[in-house]
Amino acid sequence: MPLSIELSKPKQRESLNKRHFKAKIFARFCACVTWMGTALLLILLYQIFSDGLSWLDWDFLNNFPSRFPERAGIKSALAGTIWLISLVAVFAIPVGVATAIYIEEFSKKNLLSRIIELNISNLAGVPSIVYGIIGLTIFVRGLSLERSLISGALTMSLLILPVIIIASIEAIKTVPISIRSAAFALGATRWQTVWSHVLPASFPGILTGVILALSRAIGETAPLLMIGALTYVAFVPEGPMDSFTALPIQIFNWVSRPQEEFHQLAAAAIIVLLTVLLAMNSVAIFVRHKMEKKLQ
Amino acid sequence: MTTPAVHLKSISKGRVRWLEPLIHSGLGFCTLISIITTATIVFVLAKESFGFFQEIAPSEFFFGTSWVPMFKPSSFGVLPLLWGTLIVTFGAALISIPIGLASAIYLSEYASAGKRAVIKPLLELLAGIPTVVYGYFALTFITPALKVVFPDLQVFNALSGAVVVGVMVLPMIATLSDNALKAVPDSLRQGAYALGATSYEVTSQVVVPAGLSGVMASFILAISRAIGETMAVTLAAGATPNLSFTFLESIQTMTAYIVQVSMGDTPAGGVAYQTMFAVAGLLFVITLTLNIISQWILERYREVYQ
Amino acid sequence: MNHSKSRMMSDEKAMRTSNTNRVFKTGTLLTLALTLMTTTAFAAERLRGTVSVDGSSTVFPISEAVAEEFSAVQPRVRVTVGVSGTGGGFKKFLAGEIDINDASRPIKESELEIAQSSDQKFLELPVAFDGLSVVVNPGNTWVDHFSVAELRKIWQPGSSVKNWSDIRADWPEEPIRLYGPGTDSGTFDYFTETINGASGASRPDYTANEDDNALVRGISGDEYALGYFGFAYYAANKDKLKIVPIDGGNGPVAPSEMTINNGEYAPLSRPVFIYVRESALLRPEVRAFVDFYIDNAGLLASEVGYIALPDMAYERAKSRIAQSDTGTAYSDNDLLSSRDLLKP
Repeated sequence: MPLSIELSKPKQRESLNKRHFKAKIFARFCACVTWMGTALLLILLYQIFSDGLSWLDWDFLNNFPSRFPERAGIKSALAGTIWLISLVAVFAIPVGVATAIYIEEFSKKNLLSRIIELNISNLAGVPSIVYGIIGLTIFVRGLSLERSLISGALTMSLLILPVIIIASIEAIKTVPISIRSAAFALGATRWQTVWSHVLPASFPGILTGVILALSRAIGETAPLLMIGALTYVAFVPEGPMDSFTALPIQIFNWVSRPQEEFHQLAAAAIIVLLTVLLAMNSVAIFVRHKMEKKLQ
Repeated sequence: MTTPAVHLKSISKGRVRWLEPLIHSGLGFCTLISIITTATIVFVLAKESFGFFQEIAPSEFFFGTSWVPMFKPSSFGVLPLLWGTLIVTFGAALISIPIGLASAIYLSEYASAGKRAVIKPLLELLAGIPTVVYGYFALTFITPALKVVFPDLQVFNALSGAVVVGVMVLPMIATLSDNALKAVPDSLRQGAYALGATSYEVTSQVVVPAGLSGVMASFILAISRAIGETMAVTLAAGATPNLSFTFLESIQTMTAYIVQVSMGDTPAGGVAYQTMFAVAGLLFVITLTLNIISQWILERYREVYQ
Repeated sequence: MNHSKSRMMSDEKAMRTSNTNRVFKTGTLLTLALTLMTTTAFAAERLRGTVSVDGSSTVFPISEAVAEEFSAVQPRVRVTVGVSGTGGGFKKFLAGEIDINDASRPIKESELEIAQSSDQKFLELPVAFDGLSVVVNPGNTWVDHFSVAELRKIWQPGSSVKNWSDIRADWPEEPIRLYGPGTDSGTFDYFTETINGASGASRPDYTANEDDNALVRGISGDEYALGYFGFAYYAANKDKLKIVPIDGGNGPVAPSEMTINNGEYAPLSRPVFIYVRESALLRPEVRAFVDFYIDNAGLLASEVGYIALPDMAYERAKSRIAQSDTGTAYSDNDLLSSRDLLKP
């Protein structure tokens, strides 16, 4: 009763109207800003497509880089990227998932494990160029692996390892304790539990994390520049010790040139890169969607 | 009848007996790799930086205003590089934090489920676009566009670098803040509405404060990412260490300098080479500090709702 | 019965003949294959292997062109070309990490010492002429030429030149923004030695970038810019840059094919080289590449904007390869010019 009396007072109603007006403005403002931000990014995509689409043909995919824009292509860069990602997957996935399993399933929750987790979160925030320096010092010079695919792959693996570990830990955490308890009750060892119950249950989450980590690795340029992949390479690598170039490096190379045609070539290469990333992200989103559905 | 007993026996004897500890150690070894990584990073950076500081006084490095490591006479004051990183990061934060937060608020408080289902994946996708693409964007769109507004703009300039890095971390702030705000239980909102608050008041006085730890953590993460950003600034901002209050001229960030040194392939050993490690060491310490702060904020100010 | 037996016998016979036939067939095929393989091996001489080239960004356009054309002739040989700068390239070269160093200046005394101490022999092969070009923005309407003295005034260490008007009073009072290669560049070494008198002596406050493309971009976007790099980068971007004639004592001369060739564009005309490790030359794929390089350098150099050497210079280079004539023709104090190359 008192409330309604107060609300009918003109002063209260005026300030109420003002507050509602403010709220409306604010809502509009937020919506506006969001669409503005999205618009800017859509401009980016438009720019890329309008510049690069016309250069995108089979020759572009099948040719090697050339000093003539009409003849230039991304064959060596694409091959290098595929090689890199495969090697990175081989190194990073087992180590990352194993680390996550150890932390979540096997280690006791003491100070040491806390430090390990803190350490991993910090590693995730280290700039990629620092990883590049480590790669240069340890792999290229220290282990004399030269500027080869394996140096690049090892460096990138270190880079995305924290990402995989964190994602896997999150995935493993979502597996209900009941599954583990049931397995233990039946006399299974810890590893048997993990291998036959926890891992399969957390697999979608791990897969999503792995795919996102790998898509990050595909786009990284700075560490590869440090390793020294900025060279003219006109062949497809045949083994892990070969020199290489990669898509982001080729893009950087072409963008750096002053001639307009090379910028357009760069745009075409970006289209290829984004397509690959889009495919990978779609798979990750699809898997996560499926998984969320299953949990419901 | 026989199955349980037999089953148990096979576990306690036989292959499982030695396999289990072996796997345990194998997994432990893998975990060790992450520790070794950090140790290696710290060791390599520290060792070379130590060598560097034998030659160059730390006071000259940290307080000197002229960065000329390659020429004679040389000068090793890191402030121009630090300043370059700072203005790019500051400009990027100025752009990305308001827009990112507003977008997050829109997504979590105002957007319909349909719109959210479109925008959120779009933002996540955009967060995954490689930085070299943003470098391309800077050169082909942002710098020419800015030149219309600022005719005095040089081809390589700090403003383009700041804008492009801002655009780059924007999706990150938006998605992470949105996650934080979405995690605030609805009961808090309903309670506030029930007390007669408008949506603006609910957002500003209830939801954002409740999700503040996650929101602030996302800001700091984004800033940390902006500081460590290399490719976009190398392409857009230039390679001239410059300690002046200017947005329109070419500058050099710490990351761009590191790339420059490694591309010119300065010989291993020698003070010029060690500058790479000293600068990288500084960069590492800065981002590490920021990351620790963001984690601390996340822990300390996280509101528990159960 | 008779039928079956005879059939069996005929079957046997058929089998035996088919066996012999098979032997004949395989034998002929094998011989044919071997002959084919050996003849193709000798005829096409398909080489395999790797050739690693690195060094000067100035020489890079030539080496890139040669590598590209070479891979059409010998697709199984993998050639990589890097851009670490002449100095950086020499370090790798002397450490045995690369086979060929692109160099826009001759080997230095200090580098020679390293080679001698580690008993490394190399061949020094000139491949083209470059007219080191001084460029400004097309919107720069006031510069008609520079004298060498003016260039020195701008670029010397400790230079006090800040505005264009500091050089000539009637020029605009706008800040002059300088662009140039970094300290690992042979172009930097040559320019500083020629203009400032000592290799490496330069004012430090300019945009130093090993990436000549970035220099082009910087200068073409800045009305008050001034920079220098190899002629090929001007030639590839003529629409974005304005070349400045240099007065070396005989009046202002702009670099062009003629003036670089006959030495008129002075003192900034210079030969550019490739250095090949003698031990690398023993590998057939490297030898084939170097031969191809010298054979085609003239053509490809002019295509990318440099100037071909006179045929005689290439002949001499080839004889140097054939005789494995190692060592350098330059001591540290030589200032090179195009004419030096043809001295006997």
